[in-house]
Amino acid sequence: MLEVRGLNAWYGESHILHGVDFDVREGEVVTLLGRNGAGKTTTMKSLMGLVPRREGHIRFQGQETIGLRPDLIARAGIAICPEERGIFASLNVTENLMLPRQVAPGGLDLATIYTLFPNLKERASSQGTKLSGGEQQMLAIARILRTGARLLLLDEPTEGLAPVIVQQIGRTIREIKARGFTVLLVEQNFHFAATVADRHYVMEHGRVVDMIPNAELASSMDKLHEYLGV
Amino acid sequence: MMMIFGYPAPLMFGQLLLGLINGAFYALLSLGLAVIFGMLNIVNFAHGALFMLGAFVAWGMLYYLGINYWWALLLAPIVVGAFGVVLEKLLISRLYKLDHVYGLLLTFGLALIIEGLARNEFGSSGMPYAIPRQLQGAVNLGFMFLPIYRGWVVVAAAVMCLATWLVIEKTSLGATLRAATENAPLVQAFGVNVPRMITLTYAGGAALAAFAGVLAAPIYSVNPNMGANFIIVVFAVVVIGGMGSILGSVVTGFGLGVIEGMTKVFYPQGSATVIFVVMVIVLLARPAGLFGKSA
Repeated sequence: MLEVRGLNAWYGESHILHGVDFDVREGEVVTLLGRNGAGKTTTMKSLMGLVPRREGHIRFQGQETIGLRPDLIARAGIAICPEERGIFASLNVTENLMLPRQVAPGGLDLATIYTLFPNLKERASSQGTKLSGGEQQMLAIARILRTGARLLLLDEPTEGLAPVIVQQIGRTIREIKARGFTVLLVEQNFHFAATVADRHYVMEHGRVVDMIPNAELASSMDKLHEYLGV
Repeated sequence: MMMIFGYPAPLMFGQLLLGLINGAFYALLSLGLAVIFGMLNIVNFAHGALFMLGAFVAWGMLYYLGINYWWALLLAPIVVGAFGVVLEKLLISRLYKLDHVYGLLLTFGLALIIEGLARNEFGSSGMPYAIPRQLQGAVNLGFMFLPIYRGWVVVAAAVMCLATWLVIEKTSLGATLRAATENAPLVQAFGVNVPRMITLTYAGGAALAAFAGVLAAPIYSVNPNMGANFIIVVFAVVVIGGMGSILGSVVTGFGLGVIEGMTKVFYPQGSATVIFVVMVIVLLARPAGLFGKSA
């Protein structure tokens, strides 16, 4: 479904990604693991067209997207839940939820979204940024489920959240996988990643250096500890 | 004669009306400036020129094409809006990655060019534009005579401000606009064609200025300086209301018009400066403006 080859990205003068290669297959949940500054978030932003300069190949369902504007990438069927969540303060919860454009049929309808995230219904008319951190994260995930995009980029959805919320996000990811969505997940917390993902790519210094199937995660712990420095 | 605070009532009400009319133009112009600033991050110094252009287009339509006031009220904003599309696409869109100062310089230069061309073609004495037949005359309100056209200007401007506010605050288009003002790249990543939206926002602001220009044509003579006379005060209004605040620009526009009018009654010498005195006081007390959110 997604094929990334030799992806390079720059912010101004700083060269962040140095030839990233990886694949995501339809229906998979794949994580990018790595230390801070390894290039995980930059990879996500590059997929979405949100970095100032990028080179290489990003083929999504056979279509080359490296030169496309972000809105056209979105319309091709990729949606992002950014690390900073990106909830709009001047919009209420419903407006935040309805903001992303529907790009294809097959997105979740509002009723299903409210079943998955009952809090959002209760707080429909609250200002987006008045929600708790966990609720904001739910909103950030919920709004891209509506769009019909088949590939969801989730950038550290568990960051800074209480364990009970992390569990809820884990359930949500398994639920959307069961519904046939494909997920690319950036995680610092590989214990959490192990509960939802099929495969893990490890990033270091702007490259993908290893791929570990989830089944082999337990036997690769020493290697992983070394990569992540934990 | 009825007196209020020792001043004749007709004088008070007359100045109040004049204040409301000026306030209506302040509100319409600063509303467009606020929308443009919020979305484009450009201080549009060409706004006064676009206002003037609206009046000239209405005048030209009447004298060359026989198009009446009511059609001009609809068509002049469309023509000037289209001109805004050209300006944004051709020139302004190249500045978004640069410092604010470049936008200011470009739009200021554009204003000088547009006003200069108009002066070259039509001179600076101004041309009359007749009040449409339906709005001629005055009504006796008991305490004063109200020229119908002036009442119409206040009502039309208020309705247009309200309509703009409703679109921005209550529709999904407005929600997208507000979101793009906060974080344009993310809105674009959600599938919205943000560059096109920015162009149309500038066009919308230009159209609002032109609408105000058509309203102004029968009151002030249609002359190349009519925008320049307003624009300095309008910038003060925007600063007092809070840069980029929609509600702020409308309330502050009407409010300051009235304050200016009342100053003409109580302390005529101060009427030209009162708005700037208010601006100084507001900036000292609330640097982000009355309705602005501090960054």
